[in-house]
Amino acid sequence: MDYSYAPLLFFAGIGAAFAIFSVVGAGSLAGPKRYNRAKVDAYECGIQPSPQPEGGGRVPIKYYLTAMLFIIFDIESVFLYPFAVSFDRLGLFALIEMVIFVLTVFVAYAFVWRRGGLEWD
Amino acid sequence: MTSPATFTQAHISYAAVVPMLVIFGAALVGVLVEAFLPRAQRYLVQLGVTLIGLVASFLTLVLIARNNRGVTAASAVVIDAPALMLQGTVLVLSFFAVLLMAERFDTKYPDAFTQSGASVPGSPTETNAVRLGATTTEVFPLTLFSVGGMMLFVASGDLLIMFIALEVLSLPLYILTGLARRRRLLSQEASLKYFLLGAFSSAFFLFGSALVYGATKTIQFGALADAVASTNGRDDILIPGVFLIAVGLLFKVGAVPFQSWTPDVYQGAPTPVTGFMATTVKVAAFGAMLRLFYVALDGLQWNWQPVLAVIAVLTMIVGSVFAVTQTDIKRLLAYSSISHAGFLLIGVVALNKTGLSGTMFYLVAYGFTTIAAFGIVALVRSSGSEATHLSQWAGLGRTSPVLAATFSFLMLGFAGIPLTSGFTAKFALFSSAVGHGATWLVVVAVLMSAVTAFVYVRIIVLMYFSEPTGDTQVVMPSPLTGIAVTAGALMTLVLGVAPAPLLNLAQHSALFMR
Repeated sequence: MDYSYAPLLFFAGIGAAFAIFSVVGAGSLAGPKRYNRAKVDAYECGIQPSPQPEGGGRVPIKYYLTAMLFIIFDIESVFLYPFAVSFDRLGLFALIEMVIFVLTVFVAYAFVWRRGGLEWD
Repeated sequence: MTSPATFTQAHISYAAVVPMLVIFGAALVGVLVEAFLPRAQRYLVQLGVTLIGLVASFLTLVLIARNNRGVTAASAVVIDAPALMLQGTVLVLSFFAVLLMAERFDTKYPDAFTQSGASVPGSPTETNAVRLGATTTEVFPLTLFSVGGMMLFVASGDLLIMFIALEVLSLPLYILTGLARRRRLLSQEASLKYFLLGAFSSAFFLFGSALVYGATKTIQFGALADAVASTNGRDDILIPGVFLIAVGLLFKVGAVPFQSWTPDVYQGAPTPVTGFMATTVKVAAFGAMLRLFYVALDGLQWNWQPVLAVIAVLTMIVGSVFAVTQTDIKRLLAYSSISHAGFLLIGVVALNKTGLSGTMFYLVAYGFTTIAAFGIVALVRSSGSEATHLSQWAGLGRTSPVLAATFSFLMLGFAGIPLTSGFTAKFALFSSAVGHGATWLVVVAVLMSAVTAFVYVRIIVLMYFSEPTGDTQVVMPSPLTGIAVTAGALMTLVLGVAPAPLLNLAQHSALFMR
């Protein structure tokens, strides 16, 4: 039988045991228990949680549009970096392809801009 | 540090992929039209751009791509005879579906789409949009993007391109589903269900691709076929991979047990979008399924054929039997489309040339009938919105004889009565199963055809032999719907009376390239 994956299982076991011990065991045994309001808030990277809308309504749509735009240009830059690094060896064809690629992304950007997606309020 | 790998540029035969480029180009123009043109001009310009794009793409397909077949873009795209045939089918059916989407009943009634998709139904934002006379002309570029994805889907040469094409064709459909003007909550619910289940099935597809890649070290279909033929040790992850991919594809065609979204989505989506979805997505998904199973996985046929045969039988039975109990015409057509998906799976299971040509012929015949049927469903109205409950269709034979006669003819086409396209299509498809010895599949299929025939004939009886009730009225359509419905009904007749040209085309196109 092949035991080459046994260390993986071993480490997974140690990891699980550590997580269970530190959350369930050590925290409740040794940790101080002082309650305050901040502890029941949602955790958002250390900043103040965004206020919930009145009556449990919707999250403002502008969050989502900004996030979508960020992701689109983020992915675009993922393609731009390797292109820029090996630009010398790729030649004119890659330049044309990249210009077309960037233009198609800007078509989407133009749509969001013209239809008021960038207006914050 | 390792030395940089040498870069070899993949050769792309632009002449072979130009129909897709035209469609994507037209879609981008459509987005720019949305961005920069004033609201009043958008509708006409969008309709023009979309129809010209579809026609131009079809012309380039026939004139250029047809003479430049081949495997291109580093084996990622395969433009062969079945791909061309299916792409052409998608384009023609989309043309008529776009005509249905553009229907405005000579401005007496509004179109099928909401004024502002992002507003809460019944909110001040929506009221404001209605007052301003806003329209959702974005449906046209969205449709074009979806069509582009379908064209790539049937021509994909490896699993990753197939996955990307699957997403490109699906994402616009999720949005289109949620844009109905009437019963907006139902529409948005349908959209969310479709999106969640679609995302789920896409994940299955991707998991399956990863397992297949792990087992064979390739995702390209030709290389996959060789690897599958020679592999004999890694079946333990290859077979699960194959079936996970199949889940993703079977979901798209609405096969049992992945059919649960179909009735909800068909009912909730705007009727022209349902027509578009019911036809073109079936063409694209069956095209992709045929390519995957015929080209890449034919070496594993003893593994997948029995499973797909069982799924085909279940799909036929569930679709037909559940259609009997439906009281909503759109849900009924949804279950009917499920049973047709079961019939079509027979062609996939057959794994022979007749199966391929029969499936392609069936897709064309079914597509035209379906487009016309949904075009008619959009015309039968009660106090402004569509009268989709079956009881509201009672007595239409007396109040609007032309519409009832056309719809009855289409129903007979669905049922597969001789002299309609349904008969020739079923004949062409079922003969493929007889050819490879699965006569029991044909027996089930014919039995289930009889069950669905009962469903269709019941509608005809309802229209002709019941008293008209309520305030159901038939709206006089503009030439847009007129053309689409006439073309659909005419093709249902022509393919039933003189099917030879298209059958020949399908038979000549029934050869995959690797």
